[in-house]
Amino acid sequence: MDEKKKDRINRAGGGLPADARRAGRVRRQPEETITKSRTLKEIWRLHKQKYLLILPFFILFVVFTLIPVLISIGLSFTSFNLFETPKFVGFDNYINLIAFDSVFLTAVKNTLLFAIITGPVSYVLCFVLAWLINELPPKVRAVMTLVFYAPSISGGAYLIWKLIFSSDTYGYANALLLQLGLIQEPILWFQTEEYIMPILIVVQLWMSIGVSFLAFIAGLQNVDRSLYEACQMDGVKNRWQELWYITLPQMKPQLMFGAVMQITTSLSVSSISIDLVGFPSVNYAGHTILTHLYDYGTLRLEMGYACAIATILFFMMLFINIIIQKLLRKVG
Amino acid sequence: MSMGKLLAAPRKWWRKFKFKRKNRSLAMDILLTLLLGGIGFVSIWPLLYIVNAAFKPISEIFLFPPRLWVQNPTLNNFFDLSVVIADLNVIFSRYLFNTVFITVVGTGATVLIGSMAAFPLAKYKFPGSKVMSNIIVYSLMFNGSVTAIPNYIIMTRLNMVNTYWAVILPVVAGTFGLYLMQNFIVQVPDELIEAAKVDGMSEYGIFFKIIMPLAKPAWITLIVLSFQSFWSNTGGTFLYSERLKPVSYMLSQVVSGGISRTGVASAVTLIMMLVPITVFVVSQSNVVETMATSGLKE
Repeated sequence: MDEKKKDRINRAGGGLPADARRAGRVRRQPEETITKSRTLKEIWRLHKQKYLLILPFFILFVVFTLIPVLISIGLSFTSFNLFETPKFVGFDNYINLIAFDSVFLTAVKNTLLFAIITGPVSYVLCFVLAWLINELPPKVRAVMTLVFYAPSISGGAYLIWKLIFSSDTYGYANALLLQLGLIQEPILWFQTEEYIMPILIVVQLWMSIGVSFLAFIAGLQNVDRSLYEACQMDGVKNRWQELWYITLPQMKPQLMFGAVMQITTSLSVSSISIDLVGFPSVNYAGHTILTHLYDYGTLRLEMGYACAIATILFFMMLFINIIIQKLLRKVG
Repeated sequence: MSMGKLLAAPRKWWRKFKFKRKNRSLAMDILLTLLLGGIGFVSIWPLLYIVNAAFKPISEIFLFPPRLWVQNPTLNNFFDLSVVIADLNVIFSRYLFNTVFITVVGTGATVLIGSMAAFPLAKYKFPGSKVMSNIIVYSLMFNGSVTAIPNYIIMTRLNMVNTYWAVILPVVAGTFGLYLMQNFIVQVPDELIEAAKVDGMSEYGIFFKIIMPLAKPAWITLIVLSFQSFWSNTGGTFLYSERLKPVSYMLSQVVSGGISRTGVASAVTLIMMLVPITVFVVSQSNVVETMATSGLKE
C-alpha cells in the first residue's frame, strides 16, 4: 500500500475513503471545522481527481473564452478602430450609448419586445412538443423530432419566408389576401414599419424549436416511470396533473438549462433581421441590439463602442436570468 | 409477404403503446395529435423545399411564380456538381478529409472534455466549484462576435492560425456543452456514486462506468448539436490555405459562382444536409431511458 492511501485511511479514521466520510457515511466532525483548517495541500489531496477532471476544459476555457471576454470588456472602455492602439476613454462609450444614441434605445426596445414574446412562447412550445412526442416509440419519435427541428437544422431555411412575404402579387401572403379580397394591392411586407416586428417574431418562433427542445427530449428520459404508477394511486387523474406534479419537478435541471438557452437566443436576434428586412431596416423598425453591434463592430469598425454594446447586453441577460431562475424554483 | 405478416408489426406496436397509457383521454389524444400535425406541417417546409429544389431542371428553377413541388425531376444538378468538383485545384477527398477530421475530433473533444469537467462540478462541492459553475453559465451570455478579434490575436500568439486546432479549440472551450452535461449529471443519484466509492472506484472510474452510461441521452444530444456546427463550419478566417479548407467552404465557393450555379447550389445544400440529418435521426432514436431503468432514482 502506498503512502497516500494509508494517509487517507488514517484521516478517515476507518476503512473508508475520505470522500465517503465527507459524504455523510461516517461523519466524525462537523463539515465547517474541517473546511477551515484545510491547507492548500490538503485540498489538493482530497480533491485531486476532481481538479484533474476539470483541468483540460479549464485550460481551454481560460485561454479561448475567458481571456477574450475579459479583453472585450476592457476594450469597452477605449476607443479602438482595429488599426491604432486602443485609447482609454473611461465610461464615454457607455454614456454615449445610453444618453445620446437614440438608435440604440430603439434597438433595446425592439429586442426586449421581441424577447418578451418569443422567449416564453417558444420555451413552452419546446417543452410541450417534447413532452407530447415522448410517448411515441423511439424510431417514430426520432423522425418527429427531425420534423420539428427541421427549421433549425437547415441553416438559412428562414429565407423561404422571403417567398411567403414577397412584396409582389406572387408572394404567398399577398396572393392569398388578394384572392380573398381583403386587400386591393400587394403589401410591401418588409418595407412597412408596422409589419416588420410581427413578421420577425413569427419567423423567430418558427425557428425556435431548437436546442431546448432537444434537451427537453433527453431530459424526459430521466423521469422515473414508476412515479407515474405511484401517482395514479395517489389520485392523479389526467395527464396535466401528471405533468405538474411529476414530470416538471423531475426535470428541473433541464428546465433551467432551457431557460438560459432561451434567454440568450431570444435576446440575440440579428441574422434574421438583417437577411429578411435588410440593414438598416426601414426607420430602424427591425433594429436589435445585435444589429447595432454588427453596425459598429463590422461596418464602422468602432470596436470599443461595439464591446460596450456587448457588455450591456451581457448584463441585461444576467439580470433576466436571475429573475427567471427565481421563478423556476417555484415550479412543481 | 402476406397481409397478416405485414400487419403484425403495427399490431404489436399498438399493443405495447396501449399498454403504456393510463391517465389519457381519447378526446385530448385527438386534439393533441392534430396540434402536433399542424406544427409538423409548418415545420417541415424547408426540408421539402430543399429536397425538391435539388431535383429541379433549369426550366423550373427560375419559374415565376416559384413552385414548391418539382414537376419533372432530374439529376442534372448533381452531374453538374460532379463536373465542377472534378475541375478543382485541390482534390475533393482532401476537403472531405478536412471536414471529417474537424468534425470527428471536434465533436469527440467537446463531448469528452466537457463531460469530464461537468461531472465534478455537478456532483461535488469543493473549493472553487461554485465560482467555476457561475462563470460557466455567465460566459454563455457574452456575445461571440466581439470576442472574435481577441481570439484571433491569441491564436496568432499560439501559432495556431491555419491549423485545424484554430477551428476546433475555441468551440471545445465554449461552455455550452459543459452546461448541458452538468444539468443532466446532477440527476445521477448520489447513492450510486457513494456505493462505487465504497467499492474503491476512483473518480475516473465513476465517470466512465457510472456517470457516462447514465447520462447517455445528454451526450447524444450534445453529439448531434456539436456535429451539426462543426460540419457546417467553413473555417472562416482561421484557415487560409486551400489544402486545409473543409467541404462546406469549397461548396460555398461553388455556389458563389453566380446565377448559373443555382441548380448546383441546391444539389450542394441537399448533400450537405444529408449527413447531419442521418446523424440526427440515428442518434435521436438512441435517446432512450437510462436512469429511469436503473431503478435507483428516488
